[in-house]
Parts: sequence; C-alpha cells; structure tokens
Amino acid sequence: MDELLKILQHNALESHETISRMLEIPVEKVAARIADYEKRGVIRGYQAILNEDDLDQDKVTAVIEVKVTPQREGGFDRIAERISGFPEVQSAYLMSGAYDLLLFVEGRTLREVAGFVSERLSPLEGVISTSTHFMLKTYKRFGVLMRKAEADQRLTISP
Amino acid sequence: MNPPLSARLNTAVRDIPRSGIRDFFDIVSTMKDVISLGIGEPDFDTPWHVREATVFALERGVTHYTSNFGYLELRRALSRYAAKAFGIEYNPENEVLITVGVSEALDLALRALINPGDEVLYHEPCYVSYRATILFAHGVPLAVETRPENGFRLTRAMLEAKATPRTKVLMLNFPNNPTGAVMSRQDLEEIAAFVRERDLIVITDEIYAELTYDAPHISIVSFPGMRERTIFLHGFSKAWAMTGFRLGYACGPAELIEAMMKIHQYTMLCASSLAQKAALEALARPETDVAEMVGEYRRRRNFVASAFNDMGLDCHRPLGAFYAFPSVARVGLNSREFSLKLLRDQKVAVVPGTAFGACGEGFVRCAYATSMENLKEAVARIGKFVKTLKS
Ligand SMILES: Cc1ncc(COP(=O)(O)O)c(C=O)c1O
Repeated sequence: MDELLKILQHNALESHETISRMLEIPVEKVAARIADYEKRGVIRGYQAILNEDDLDQDKVTAVIEVKVTPQREGGFDRIAERISGFPEVQSAYLMSGAYDLLLFVEGRTLREVAGFVSERLSPLEGVISTSTHFMLKTYKRFGVLMRKAEADQRLTISP
Repeated sequence: MNPPLSARLNTAVRDIPRSGIRDFFDIVSTMKDVISLGIGEPDFDTPWHVREATVFALERGVTHYTSNFGYLELRRALSRYAAKAFGIEYNPENEVLITVGVSEALDLALRALINPGDEVLYHEPCYVSYRATILFAHGVPLAVETRPENGFRLTRAMLEAKATPRTKVLMLNFPNNPTGAVMSRQDLEEIAAFVRERDLIVITDEIYAELTYDAPHISIVSFPGMRERTIFLHGFSKAWAMTGFRLGYACGPAELIEAMMKIHQYTMLCASSLAQKAALEALARPETDVAEMVGEYRRRRNFVASAFNDMGLDCHRPLGAFYAFPSVARVGLNSREFSLKLLRDQKVAVVPGTAFGACGEGFVRCAYATSMENLKEAVARIGKFVKTLKS
C-alpha cells in the first residue's frame, strides 16, 4: 500500500508538513495526492475511532449472518446493496463459508434491532435466513486496543 | 587500618568510569514529563506471536538448562536465517553459540581472543561498552575516529594510520550506534583487503542489520576470505524489539566458537530457555514483523533528519539503526552543555555525543525509536531551544 495511505490510516490528522518530511516529497504534492485519492474515492472519509463502551449512550450493536439467494442478474451485489441501504446497517461484507453476508447493525435498544431483523431484513426477497449475535464489549477496533495504554516501561536513557 | 575497599578492587575495573549514558540517566530520572530521545531500544512491542509463544513455553515447563550452545533447534533456525538474510552458511552443530544478548557475545569474543597487551582496533563514536569490554579483557583499545564528512564511515586509510604489528582484532559495528552510519560494498571491500593483508580477526556487531533504510545490509563476512577470520554477532533486541529477553548469538569458525563456548559454559552456562523459545518463534516469520517496523522507522528517520537540518543542526543522513546524530557545533555549546540546557529549558532528553567516545564532542544522539507524536513535540521544542540560543 502507498505509504501516504498508511500514514493517514494511522493518523488522518497528520499535518501535510509532517507527511512531506516523512515521505521526502514537497508539501504541495502531499495535498495534491490526498485530493486525488479523495476524488477517486479511494479515501471515503475520515472518522474518529471511539471507545463507545466509555460513552454513556443507549446503543446496541448486532452482528448478523445472512444467507441469501444470489439473483439472476447482479449476483450477490444487488441484494447486498439493497441491504446496505438501510441506515441501521453500519457495515456489510460478502463472506465465504456457511453464510453469505455479514452485517454490523446498530440500534438504540435490543428490541429496535430485533424489529429491524424481523420486519425489514428477513422479509426481503432473496433472504433465506439470518442469525443475530449481540456484541457485549469491545476490546479492539480498527487495530486500536480499547484498554488504557500502559505507561512506557523503558528506561528514559539507554543502554 | 585496612586499606579502603576501593583500593582492593581490580584496577582495570576501578579505573573505568561508569557509562556516560548511565550518568545522564540519573539526571533525567529526577525530572518529570520529559520527552526522551535517549532511548536505545525500540518503542514497538515485542510481536504478539512471540510473547504468546513464550507464555505457552512457560506453561509447558520449558524452564530448564539448555545445551551450553543453546537449543539445537534454534541454532538450526539461525543458521538458515543467516544463509537467507546475509548469504553466509554456518554449521549449527559447532559454529553457532546462543548468548545472553550481543553484550555477552562481545565479551566472550574479546576474552576468547585477547592476550594481555593485544591491540583491538575499533571505530568511534561507538556503542558505549566497546572500550570498557576491551579493557576488561586486558586488551589495548585503539580508537579510530570517524567523521560526518563521509557519513561516519570507516576507511582503510583511517585503519592504516592506527594499526601496529601488535594489532590483533578489528571490531566493526554497522549500521552504527550512535551515528546511523552504514558501509557501502566498496567501503567493506577495502576494509576486508586490509584485514586479510594484516591477518586480523574481525568481530562484527551487526545487531542493527535488518534496520537499514536506503539499501539492503551487507555483511563483512560475505567477502572472500572473511568467513574464516570473522566472528559475526547478532541478536533479537533491536529488529524484533526483544531487549528484555536478553538474547543474542555468535557465529564463526568452529575453533573460535568453541573457545567462546568454554567461557560461556563456565560463566553463564546457557542463555534463558524461555528467551530461546521466544527467539525460535520470532524467526518463524521475520519478514512480516520486521518490514512493518522498518517502514515506520524510515518515515521517522526522514522526518527527524530534515527537521534538524532545517533548524540549523547539521545532520548527516542516518542510513540504518534508529539514531540521528546531529551536530550542535553551530549553536556555541558543547555536547554536554547542550544536552543539559535542553533538558532543563525544554524537557527533551538527548545523549551527549561524548558518551560514545571523545570524537562525539559537538554531536548529540537522538533516538527516533519513539512515536511520531513524541518526535513531533520533541523536534518542535528543540527548534524553539535552538532559536533562543541563536538570538
Ligand atoms: C551496537 C550495539 N551492540 C550491542 C548492543 C547490546 O545488545 P544486546 O541487547 O543484544 O545485549 C547494543 C544496544 O544498544 C548496541 O547498540
């Protein structure tokens, strides 16, 4: 992967000046390349990685395995895109193995998510079955551990 | 009255001062909220699969003495690694010795070779323990000064100016702590020719071999006629971020390794069994672990070197290890004054170049084995500091 993307994935707020030094390219070039990635849709947006368990909020997340029948024209894409259109669906992936689609669905309460599954998802034409698991606690997201970082254990000057 | 205990100490030990790094550490450790660029070990965690394998080994009861040479399984893996990474073949049965860090291996190599009065050539600025280790082995240290003008590389002319008929050993360390210097193929060819002509033995400390940023590492051992006269030292501290495991190794001709093994056998017995298992796991997938870290170090190297140059601290381009060695000569302070004042005024710790030999005067060592966040803040503070000195 392009090192520029690697840097942004680690810290999207890194200044163009710092990136320019890290990659030894002019600042204007950093800006132009980022703009190009945005225009081409390689970079889809920038978000904060939250430790949601620490926020006092009403929210549940379910992971839903969905079996579907691929359609004559469009295969899995059509049904997957239809499902992805629901705002409740945060992420959706086509999977190999025992089921076809894996969804991450958010709602305020268990009942709300259950309602989504029974009233919106399951009745869709092409959906054969669903299996819903509720998430209890987050240990790591997007490569970031959610527990507090331990203090640096290294000696301040060594060796 | 009995003489004081200090008078009864071994004179070599008594006469050698504590490491200049220790000294500076004592000052830094009394202060709070210091950003340290003085840390000579990776900020990366030991790869998780290595830590996990260590726990598993502990559970299984891998808690006994091992062969003096170290686990044969590990020596085999190291022998394969050396062949693949450096193009050098060693027989795992009698040409590889597992040690407690490169530190022990250095000591063993010198003690195995030196008779009192034998001269050892080495280049400064260098790792803090070289001179002391030579003296403890009753050798005579001959320091060769390297300079920023040629990227702190060692030349044949420098060696010729110092070597005498009593010179027996040449110690090398590239990529270098504290300068980040790396030798080119041509540089090494010249040195190898000199070594063969003078019939010297080489101890090469290649602990930073994986951490090169602009060209792959070349080992002196890979040159014609060098394998039979070289002790190759390497370890897991730097490239695998395993400093606390204390694991290193020496490879070389069987006679030399056997001699080192004897000292090791009588003084250390063997390296930690758990650390050896951890090392075995580390070697299972070196490419992935190391490549990630190298990419990150390279970006940081680029960042600090250009930032120092822009603020008026001339910094030669470090090609390996994780140290920048900028010159502070232009701001009108010596290394120690600069480091102390920077610490007091801006709470950034760097190490005075003099800790690595007298010719380190005028330089400070800045380790970039710390997060980009820390580096950015440290560089900003140093910039502010340099400005106040200039005005
Ligand atoms: C050049 C050099 N050799 C050896 C060592 C010590 O390595 P180990 O942890 O394997 O004893 C260091 C540590 O900083 C070093 O920089």
